[in-house]
Amino acid sequence: MATKRSVPELYAAARSGERRALGRLLTAVERGGAAADEISELAHPDSGKAHIVGITGSPGAGKSTLVGQLVSDLVAAGKKPAVLAVDPSSPLTGGAILGDRIRIEDGESEAFIRSMATRGHSGGLALAVPLAVRVFDAAGYDPVIIETVGVGQVEVDVVGAADTAVVVMTPGMGDAVQANKAGLLEVADVFVVNKADRPGANDVRRDLDLMLDLSHMTGQESETGYRPPIVMASALHGDGSADVWAAVEAHLAHLDDTGLRDSRRKHRMRTEVKARLEQAMSAAADQAMDSTVGAAWLDQAERAEIAPTRATNELLALLLKTDLSNIDMQSTIDRQRNEELS
Amino acid sequence: MSDEPQIRILLAKLGLDGHDRGLKVVARILRDAGMEVIYLGLRQTTDSIVAAAEQEDADAIGLSMHNAGHMTLAPAMVKAVNDAELDCPVIVGGIVPDQDVQPLLDAGVAVVLGPGASAEEVAQSVRDAVAAVNS
Repeated sequence: MATKRSVPELYAAARSGERRALGRLLTAVERGGAAADEISELAHPDSGKAHIVGITGSPGAGKSTLVGQLVSDLVAAGKKPAVLAVDPSSPLTGGAILGDRIRIEDGESEAFIRSMATRGHSGGLALAVPLAVRVFDAAGYDPVIIETVGVGQVEVDVVGAADTAVVVMTPGMGDAVQANKAGLLEVADVFVVNKADRPGANDVRRDLDLMLDLSHMTGQESETGYRPPIVMASALHGDGSADVWAAVEAHLAHLDDTGLRDSRRKHRMRTEVKARLEQAMSAAADQAMDSTVGAAWLDQAERAEIAPTRATNELLALLLKTDLSNIDMQSTIDRQRNEELS
Repeated sequence: MSDEPQIRILLAKLGLDGHDRGLKVVARILRDAGMEVIYLGLRQTTDSIVAAAEQEDADAIGLSMHNAGHMTLAPAMVKAVNDAELDCPVIVGGIVPDQDVQPLLDAGVAVVLGPGASAEEVAQSVRDAVAAVNS
């Protein structure tokens, strides 16, 4: 049926508004490897304009419902939003149920919604998400909303690397002690207490307020004195989404006023380069272990003839002599995925 | 787990048929067969499914039908997919009388799965339908 198009052809079509071409590009982004690198090179000069908003929270907090509401509002306001909805893959089978669309569906509008599974391979998300965001950006989508379940470090990092990180809370999920645990709450630029029509919503707000007060006391607040607002919402009933977006835009204005937007972008670039470097090093490590000399050291370690530290040092010496330009990234990504699944 | 690219399949109920228990079971079957299931659920239209298939770059579309609308809706779905020039097989599952199976296949439906199809059969049908389009 359809003829296969090259990456530059798909990219040009996506830039001129063809959704199918954009869909194809995102698949290549997810798969990684040479095609993804090519897309990255193409998209780089055309990106950097979109406001990147990360939305996270516990499963069932109402993230997708809120995103659906925000998307409707944004489309009604003449914006062209894109959503990247990330859901977990099964560590056992690699399968996934991507069910965010059911609550964000706005398929005939200007919005573009893409579901992405975390796929087993470690760090894969850290490479695929920023590149997918750049592709959306280059294709003229703004804002780009990344939705993830705030459970894993990688997911928290992904959202934390956005221009604006929104954390969605709900009543009945724990008390002030939970709110002071490290992690998710520390990356928030905007808090949303969703399901605010339910009992306990004001308790959540109070606990968050107290947590923010303590940040002030311990000197953990932002240098610019920015205090994340707490917005009450009931996304299912359409209440509060306008307030949420107003808070998100106020945060962006704050970033622009203080020059922090640029430093966030730098941080993002640095994080992505590091993640890519780690992926390449991991590929090189695999090759070193597979080489004849490497396998011999590994074999000795496996038979407990030498300590694992010795084998590692020998392999590291080998690795540093390897020509990294010949590393086959894709086969490593595939193999890591298979290893994690087996 | 194979080295083949991950299959991404959309699952939806087309029209006003509200019986989604079967679709939820199939979603789980395909997830456990290692596929990425983009679950659209109830009350979809051919337009909304095509829009989602484009954005998600889906490899296949699975429709669940339990209200005797299959002779109207399934060919409409195939037509919408063809009009959009998507190379995406349409797979129908649910309650389809025997005499309707061949006409649906003639109308361009890739596979018709009835009650009693095993989990393995469901998953393999999807893999075969996707492979047939890509070959």
